[in-house]
Amino acid sequence: MVQFIFYLFATVLIFAAVRVITVKNPVHAALHLVLAFFSMAAIWLLLEAEFLAIALVLVYVGAVMVLFLFVVMMLDINVATVSEGFTRYLSSGFLVGLLILLEMVAVVGSHHFGLKAMPAPTPMAADAVVNTVLLGNVLYTEYVYPFELAAIILLVAMVAAIALVMRPKRWSKYVKPEDQVVVKAQDRLTMVKMTAEKES
Amino acid sequence: MFLESVLIFAKIIAVVAPLMIAVAYYTYAERKLIGYVQIRIGPNRVGPRGWLQPIADALKLMFKEIILPTKANRYLFIIAPMLSIAPALAAWAVIPFADGWVVADINAGLLYLLAMTSLGVYGVIIAGWASNSKYALLGALRSAAQIVAYEIAMGFALVGVLMAAGSLNLSAIVHAQATGYGFLGWYWVPLFPLFLIYFISGVAETNRAPFDVAEGESEIVAGFHVEYSGMLFAVFFLAEYANMILIAALTTLMFMGGWLSPFQGTGLEAYFAWMPQIFWFFAKMTLFLLLFLWFRATFPRYRYDQIMRLGWKVFIPLTIVWLVVLGVMILTHLSPWFASTAG
Repeated sequence: MVQFIFYLFATVLIFAAVRVITVKNPVHAALHLVLAFFSMAAIWLLLEAEFLAIALVLVYVGAVMVLFLFVVMMLDINVATVSEGFTRYLSSGFLVGLLILLEMVAVVGSHHFGLKAMPAPTPMAADAVVNTVLLGNVLYTEYVYPFELAAIILLVAMVAAIALVMRPKRWSKYVKPEDQVVVKAQDRLTMVKMTAEKES
Repeated sequence: MFLESVLIFAKIIAVVAPLMIAVAYYTYAERKLIGYVQIRIGPNRVGPRGWLQPIADALKLMFKEIILPTKANRYLFIIAPMLSIAPALAAWAVIPFADGWVVADINAGLLYLLAMTSLGVYGVIIAGWASNSKYALLGALRSAAQIVAYEIAMGFALVGVLMAAGSLNLSAIVHAQATGYGFLGWYWVPLFPLFLIYFISGVAETNRAPFDVAEGESEIVAGFHVEYSGMLFAVFFLAEYANMILIAALTTLMFMGGWLSPFQGTGLEAYFAWMPQIFWFFAKMTLFLLLFLWFRATFPRYRYDQIMRLGWKVFIPLTIVWLVVLGVMILTHLSPWFASTAG
């Protein structure tokens, strides 16, 4: 049963990953990437890494890809011009791809894979310590410096993103919400008492 | 193996079938309640007092023709409603209706819920894009921006709950609220700002009034589902209402003590002991469901920039400040809520 589920999601994953780079329409490519993330999360669930699997769905599928789609949907891409340069770049692209493949094989190698290096994991006992608790303990004790470093890098990226889009002065007219909030009814509406006039 | 699968299937049916009926009668309650607020009677023709109105509506939608716009992306156009309803139903797997009454009692329940609710936006985005219509695309963009903005505030509110309870399991969160002080012992007291922010963000996440700019009739006709008709439209409708009921259930579980009796630990507890736990759960859920309808009948629609300001500049800083306050409360073991919380 577990094997059947694994092969089902693995097939979907490989199909989706191949479609990401073969489809012409960028929106379809982004949606196939979403499918690939989702299948990967399902495979991680089979490895009992439920926190990582759910975090993948939550962060990549739920937030990153939504913003990605958001941008891609707004682009008006002509499919014909995208596929135009295919033959022109084929030879150089093939060369670069081959080089990357060779480098990866040299660094990673085949001895890390296969059943001998990666035996099937034994399922944890039902009353074992929760995956999330284990991860939290490791993250805040053993890996506290890498964790803080990652946090600082994210903070720098956030400050940079804000600095890039900040304008020192705005020339267009805009509403100040803080002024709107403090407005009282008397500022907008005055009740005037008038004596009735006689029709002439 | 086989028996187990049948049992799981039966549990899923036992959750989804009443949910569908609840959605149908929630629409009836909405029309009646808004009718009374506006001094009208509401639907009263089909069946006694209009009780069969939702069934007549469902039949009408089933027999309507599904129109595919000529230039729409056919495949995505049809898959969008399914992507919208699937997470709305899948999220119900981890909701405990009473002590132990849950389809899947998983430890990462709260994270699973966050992940599932964040998937709902795909149905909206894909529907808007695949329709190949400017109103639909505008509605989809508005909805996506709004959901992404309010999801962060919602997530931070949930961080507060998991800090207080020390667990991601929804049943454990409810058990942690049994402090022996009745309804004052629940998390809505120490987490009051987070409670308000969670529920308001929930209203915004489900694109309901006053945050319903995604389908603002006066500006963009009906937003992302403007090109949908018949059963495909009905599926979007079902997903929206199932999500509203889900938000009500989650607010109940995390801030209002789930299935716990409001008199638990007080002198009145014995008099209400005969009440089943699920009654309290449904009673609290109904309260929040009525709030959704009351909001819609009372408030005018927010302006788009006001929605964004509220989400990013008010809710997110407020939740972060309250997380610090909560940390202090947990470290000092503030009684009765955090008397036994580790920290």
